[in-house]
Amino acid sequence: MDKLWGNSPFSMDRYEKSEFYSEKLAELTKKHINGCKLYQRLLKNFDFSLDESHVPEEYPFIPVRLFKDYELLSVDKSEIVKTMTSSGTTGQRVSKIFLDRTTSANQTKALVKITSEFLGKSRLPMLIIDSKKAVSDRRLFSARGAGILGFSMLGYDLTYALDENMELDIETVKSFLDKHKGDDIFLFGFTYMIWAHFYKSLVKLNEKIDLSKGILLHGGGFKKLQDEAVDNEIYKDELNRVCQIERIYNYYGMVEQTGSIFMECERGRLHASDFSDIFIRDPRDFSLLGRGEKGLIQLVSVLPESYPGHSILTEDIGELTGEDDCPCGRHGKTFKIHGRIKKAEIRGCSDTYERR
Amino acid sequence: MSEDKIKVLLGDVEPTACVSEVYNDEVCRFADDLSKWLRKDRNALSFPDLMAVSFWCRKGNIEKMRNEFDDGKIHIGRGLIFHITPSNVPVNFIFSYFFGLLSGNSNIVRVPSKEFPQVDILCTAVKEILENDDYINIRKSTRFVTYERDKEINDYYSGICDGRVIWGGDNTIKALRESPIKPKAVEVVFADRYSFGVIQSERVVSASDEEITSLAHGFYNDTYLMDQNACSTPHCIFWLGNQVREASEIFWGAVKKEEEKYSLEPIKSVDKYTDLCHIAMERDDIAEINTYGNFLYVVGLKKIPSDMESIRGRYGMFFEVHIKSMDDLSMFITERSQTMIYYGVEKNELNDFIKKNNLKGVDRIVPFGNALDIGVIWDGYDIIRSLSRVIGIR
Repeated sequence: MDKLWGNSPFSMDRYEKSEFYSEKLAELTKKHINGCKLYQRLLKNFDFSLDESHVPEEYPFIPVRLFKDYELLSVDKSEIVKTMTSSGTTGQRVSKIFLDRTTSANQTKALVKITSEFLGKSRLPMLIIDSKKAVSDRRLFSARGAGILGFSMLGYDLTYALDENMELDIETVKSFLDKHKGDDIFLFGFTYMIWAHFYKSLVKLNEKIDLSKGILLHGGGFKKLQDEAVDNEIYKDELNRVCQIERIYNYYGMVEQTGSIFMECERGRLHASDFSDIFIRDPRDFSLLGRGEKGLIQLVSVLPESYPGHSILTEDIGELTGEDDCPCGRHGKTFKIHGRIKKAEIRGCSDTYERR
Repeated sequence: MSEDKIKVLLGDVEPTACVSEVYNDEVCRFADDLSKWLRKDRNALSFPDLMAVSFWCRKGNIEKMRNEFDDGKIHIGRGLIFHITPSNVPVNFIFSYFFGLLSGNSNIVRVPSKEFPQVDILCTAVKEILENDDYINIRKSTRFVTYERDKEINDYYSGICDGRVIWGGDNTIKALRESPIKPKAVEVVFADRYSFGVIQSERVVSASDEEITSLAHGFYNDTYLMDQNACSTPHCIFWLGNQVREASEIFWGAVKKEEEKYSLEPIKSVDKYTDLCHIAMERDDIAEINTYGNFLYVVGLKKIPSDMESIRGRYGMFFEVHIKSMDDLSMFITERSQTMIYYGVEKNELNDFIKKNNLKGVDRIVPFGNALDIGVIWDGYDIIRSLSRVIGIR
């Protein structure tokens, strides 16, 4: 791991990475087998053994839904310092991710390393495109609040752009910008919130603010924007049009693998860093797919030590766009996201009394 | 009751409780007309389930059922039957409707509100055929409706009917039981059930390639056709004999070849893999897990577990257990057990097994490929007798 903390987070090429991950995944898998009874039984029943060596893609992956169904942890409960939960509407079960001191600290360190590639090494004044309520109201506290808190470490003079009612607080924004005139500014928020509550308000108010010195990081996915036919390109163009911002970076990540996020580079590609890897799998048989082929996304992270989340199967569809060959110069796999898997019409005669 | 919540698909007026003798001529002719209509309709031809409906309601089959039913006594309908049919099976409602008709009743049928082309085709067909004045009695006593879950509407129809037929399993039955029926009204309910298969291993090993292909194809129809989500779809195969390992490989290998026919959407792969992980995390009685891509998962169990009937697969995840004799099955069979499909087992063995063990469950024993074949004897009911009255004359 020392190698990871020392270098730039996009320095390993495919050969180095494969070698490093073969070892690292063996180490993590062993740890989780020893620490988590359920995981141990799963791998035994799957006939997966660490007695022989494996290449990274051979390690089993577990569906993210299992974190909703079980409390999966590989250390004693007394060592847990933080429990992360996924956002979910009322009534839905939420994922529970258990962090010990090491995992939690490593998540923060990795996040800082990855994002500093885009934000620079020094902390910037930070404008959060959300309401303070998202972190202060414990009832609402979820992946959204945790995300804001996590990224808050990258900035100073934290200022919230939206008020309690999720309305744009234009006066606060203006005075924040005045105060930091001439400085680079770090903006953070969730993809949809930014569009619905920031972009749209600026358009409606016909306010022109100058964010040409701004660097925006946003994540959470374009799912809700699909209905409005807004894709990443339109998103960037429109934000640029209303506030002259040029540096807009999407990130992809999930609560099961906090920290080792995937960043969109200047060329518009999402990148795996040295802390993570991605495999695209054919839904028909989970075989590996190559560049340009759409399939289910499997994510690998070297960070999870207190819970068996180092190799997970997501419910997202993606496509590899390359490896070690992005024009931006960074190493690692690059990819695109094509949204969530669609619900299916299930046939059969049981449980048909329609739920609303 | 707010009638705007009900969408009437067919039937201008609400039927009153008209009755007639079971298997009356008008109904039998109507059934055959529908059979012909479907065979002639180009759209209908592309749906195997509509062809199954057509085959079922053709003259020959209805006559056969009529003859088998005849016991020399007089059977007359009970009145108005209210049918709640499954929302995920496009053609089930038409069978339920015919059960109501053949038993001499008027019918209000709640059909699936999900959009299925088969439902549209069937409604068009029935509507067109009923325009013929030969069928004026059926026309006056038929109504097809759809509505979203709504207790008020359930209350209303339940209150006026003389018989209620509830498909859709335990949850649906529970919800409908909140709406009382008249004291003399009868109820036919189809609860959640468990079904399974039995194979004699030696017979598989000695079978020809064609026979194995047809066995696998039959099994595909029994299971994947309904996403392994019908009450009569098997979840576990019990192997008999001494060549189980070999037979199991032959059989599942042949099932795998059916893959092309099935549409395994990514969500089904993920759901199914998640189910497999659940099983693998929770159970310590697994002998081995074999996966054939994501199309077919087979979980071998060391012995019949005590929770046999509650472990089920979806979209093609099956269990298998090697048993010494069929009598072992009586260990788990309860009133929830419904269909047993079999291959390579002699009929007299099946008879002996049933008689000897005094089982509380198992209502149907059919060869592979027939699990979904619906009929007037279903789920332990003689449906025509259940929905009619027998009149004693001395």
